[in-house]
Amino acid sequence: MRLSLIALAAGLLFGAGLAISGMYDPAKVLGFLDIAAIASGGWDPSLAFVMAGGLAVTVPAFSLARRRAQPIAAPQFQTPTATAIDGRLMVGALVFGIGWGLVGYCPGPALAALAFGSTGTILFVLAMMAGMVLEGMANKQLASA
Amino acid sequence: MSANFTPVSALIGGLMIGGAASLLWLALGRIAGISGILGRAMQGSEGVERLWRILFLVGLPAGAGLVYFLGWSAAPSAPPTQLGLAVVGGLLVGVGTRLGSGCTSGHGICGLARLSPRSLAATLVFMAGGMASVFVMRHLIGL
Repeated sequence: MRLSLIALAAGLLFGAGLAISGMYDPAKVLGFLDIAAIASGGWDPSLAFVMAGGLAVTVPAFSLARRRAQPIAAPQFQTPTATAIDGRLMVGALVFGIGWGLVGYCPGPALAALAFGSTGTILFVLAMMAGMVLEGMANKQLASA
Repeated sequence: MSANFTPVSALIGGLMIGGAASLLWLALGRIAGISGILGRAMQGSEGVERLWRILFLVGLPAGAGLVYFLGWSAAPSAPPTQLGLAVVGGLLVGVGTRLGSGCTSGHGICGLARLSPRSLAATLVFMAGGMASVFVMRHLIGL
């Protein structure tokens, strides 16, 4: 119960932040990724400020967490275990980046923009979910092969 | 600099996103990686482990919609209009984020805060991929 309520509160705050920062607008994201616009004066560095604002909170918060044996409302920190910078990570990040640049949506902003119910947003989210499931299935196949 | 540059709202929104990610980590010990949460909500979790993920995900459009309803944010200027491109982009983002174990939030906001070299590498690569993609689309193909 407590787990679910905290997760819902975090989701609401995250979604609100995506709206206020303007990141649920693909035009703003593409305006940042368009580095050719730096020379022409049309570049929009807003996304860098969103990252900076986010890290200004998470860096001290995660540092504080390192001094705790366990989270406040859960038995343990579920720290990611993978550390290798391998082909899987690099190819995945590259494929993600290319898709991100095609549309201007990464997963969070796409889900937040569902609030407006545009066909393009809905199609993107459905395709993204299909891509995730396909990757999961392929991964399972490879693991059992 | 673009006339669309909004440093103050970007910073405030970023602080809220960071606050949400910090809440999830400090209170629950979970990484606020949207792709991981969505992927695991669909595959490989059940019961309360699936429920908290679904509630977090529902909070994203609900929080965004609420902020818009209260008049604190502008509506997105343009949703994707080229539907074929939206589908291809969605597929690439879905496959890529699961293959690369994270997206802008998991690697960018949480991973960098954990000082993870793996997340730094992933963030540099997807940023470069996004920039290359926009360059090709806008300046070479002209879409």
